[in-house]
Amino acid sequence: MARHTLSVLVEDVPGVLTRVASLFARRAFNIHSLAVGPTEINGISRITVVVDAEGDLLEQVTKQLNKLINVIKIVELMPEASVQRDHILVKVRADAATRLQVTQAADLFRASVVDVSTDSLIIEATGNAEKIHALLAVLEPFGIREIVQAGTLAVGRGSKSMSDRALRSVSA
Amino acid sequence: MSNGTTASPSLPAKPANRSKDAAVSSVVEASSLVQGPNNIIAPTEMLGSQAIVRSLEELGVKDVFGLPGGAIMPTYDSLMDSTKINHILVRHEQGSGHAAQGYAMVTGEVGVCIATSGPGATNLVTSIADAHMDSVPMVAITGQVHSAFIGSDAFQEADIVGITMPITKHSFLVTKAEDIPRTLASAFHIASTGRPGPVLVDITKDAQQSKMTFSWPPKIDLPGYKTVVRGHNKQVREAAKLIAASSRPVFYVGGGVIKAHAAAELKEFAELVGAPVVTTLQARGAFPDSHELHVGMPGMHGSVSAVTALQQSDLLITLGARFDDRVTGVLHTFAPNAKVIHADIDPAEISKNRTADIPIVGSVKEIIPELTEACRTRFTEGGAPDLSAWWNTIGRLRETYPIGFTPTQDGLSAPQHVIQRIGELTGPDAVYVAGVGQHQMWAAQFIKYERPASWLNSGGLGTMGYSVPAAMGAKVGNPDRVVWAIDGDGCFQMTNQELATCVINNIPIKVAIINNSSLGMVRQWQTLFYDSRYSNTDLNTGAGTARVPDFVKLADAYGCVGLRCERDEDIDATIQQALAINDRPVVIDFVVSRDSMVWPMVPTGVSNDLIQIARGMTPEWEEED
Repeated sequence: MARHTLSVLVEDVPGVLTRVASLFARRAFNIHSLAVGPTEINGISRITVVVDAEGDLLEQVTKQLNKLINVIKIVELMPEASVQRDHILVKVRADAATRLQVTQAADLFRASVVDVSTDSLIIEATGNAEKIHALLAVLEPFGIREIVQAGTLAVGRGSKSMSDRALRSVSA
Repeated sequence: MSNGTTASPSLPAKPANRSKDAAVSSVVEASSLVQGPNNIIAPTEMLGSQAIVRSLEELGVKDVFGLPGGAIMPTYDSLMDSTKINHILVRHEQGSGHAAQGYAMVTGEVGVCIATSGPGATNLVTSIADAHMDSVPMVAITGQVHSAFIGSDAFQEADIVGITMPITKHSFLVTKAEDIPRTLASAFHIASTGRPGPVLVDITKDAQQSKMTFSWPPKIDLPGYKTVVRGHNKQVREAAKLIAASSRPVFYVGGGVIKAHAAAELKEFAELVGAPVVTTLQARGAFPDSHELHVGMPGMHGSVSAVTALQQSDLLITLGARFDDRVTGVLHTFAPNAKVIHADIDPAEISKNRTADIPIVGSVKEIIPELTEACRTRFTEGGAPDLSAWWNTIGRLRETYPIGFTPTQDGLSAPQHVIQRIGELTGPDAVYVAGVGQHQMWAAQFIKYERPASWLNSGGLGTMGYSVPAAMGAKVGNPDRVVWAIDGDGCFQMTNQELATCVINNIPIKVAIINNSSLGMVRQWQTLFYDSRYSNTDLNTGAGTARVPDFVKLADAYGCVGLRCERDEDIDATIQQALAINDRPVVIDFVVSRDSMVWPMVPTGVSNDLIQIARGMTPEWEEED
């Protein structure tokens, strides 16, 4: 099954996330990651959803999503034509003996240390999925205490805006 | 006999006040989307509950079905003052939903049902799901607990918006009185346009009780709701090319043709092409049964000619149909050599089950005339296709294997005969409303439908109990027509409480209980596939049983006329007697054989090629020419 990233513009109304998520659930699609937030237009939110699905089934779900009254537009973002970023906070075991090694590892991945205590560090990292995986692999031997990860954010490359044409009418 | 008028009751859908471009702009003049006369009402102070009633009035609603309870009481109080809205008090909320469906089906208007919060709302769930599966325009208004109590497990609280999310076209929760007019106008717009469907409007008690400023028309703002009406020109031309080149085309006509009020357009198109027409369970009446091009109903209990026409076709001209599993049988064996033209207003139906070669998204009301013109042009240039060999095959099957039935062995009447006589003695002007099961299939097979909206049934969801309340709604919508509820003894026991509603409100429907004393369709499957082990299908309502309940006494208790017919020689007289009574509902207990089965039948899990005309009997296929 291939992994697909969909950007869905929705009206910012109660229940919209449930409506979108339940369509995936009904077809037994596993939502790999989900990110929701406001956009440049008041009242419009953008959902970025990463799912594992076969192409035909995904097309069917996309059509069903389009039928939802609160869904304004759906675009599939291809990896080669978009920027996709994951965001992660990792709590790693690090005492006086290992702290330097851990911070160096973080530096190599251009990750930041955002909290320090006597026996641990919190590292914040942003990047594509591969980079995050690689960072975690390096941190693993030190002892990972907690991972918190946000949903993948994705935006198409170039000057075009997803909301331009879909929403000209809304803001008018 | 029929007292019905011959004029079609189906009003054309509200003129689509929208751009004719395929991609319809979401910016539309606010007033143009609001159903009804669009009276200009200057800002007026009123309560939310009054705004609900006033909005319904402004939307042109004349009849609503419902039952009050705590959370909807403010609205019922305001409803009492309305001189424009006729509210019919049902005995169970499910009945109000099916009544709204029946009303919507025969009038073409949005059906409206009202219930209170909690159990009132959950009782509507079956009818909402039914309307969703069969694309019936319906607005369900439910009361909700005070907005401050939502989520606290308050008395009679149920998250009905959450519960109905997968079975509504859309739903709204209204917590502020000022949102009521816009929300109701939007609900009616969504329910009635595009692919029709049910919309739920859940309104909290405090929204009903608060003061607000009412003005009309409200502004509908639905940026995510777009409906494509006209077909794509290029696709239409491509379709015409395929039709002209086809030697075995078939019109596969679905319920969408009835919903779009496109029966006249279909007739012109079909006559131009001259191809066989099949009408699905939901499309019975979309094309006249008496027409020489009509070859029957397709599907699990379809005619041999209709099923075979699809199987052997080289081109399916699919109009407002959805390749339902009851039509296709095992999908990959369905019409294996056919190309597919698929016209439907719902893009999600295109290539959902069967990949379309020529998809055309839009209303069949617009697409069919476009296709007709494109074909006419092409036929003028290159000649119409020669379908004589095709008709030899299908015509022979239609003659050799008409829908029929065998006499019963137990001396009781044949249910098919009863239903056939009801149709013949009443005529095509009546409305026939079935429940679900054997009697439904026989009513689809043995009654001749000549006009749209004369046949109502629960096709998609298969809701037992649909018949009596839906017939009630149909009779309210079409008071001048004879309305028959053709029901089973099982179905009838699920919703017959609405007979009280019919009697009290003078809604004289006629109910024919096809009483085989069992859950007949399940019993048929037990006979065929479960070694005649009749697990829990005996209802003890028929011949030689305790007769619990006695349907004649039950009818009498409700104030209906109750009749019983147990012999073939009484069938006609009993039907005539029922047709002569128009001042109250009539319930006829037709005691019939329980061993009659619905044939033809395509058993589940096999190809439609294995259609059986009787148990273990398949048609004889002639070598192709």
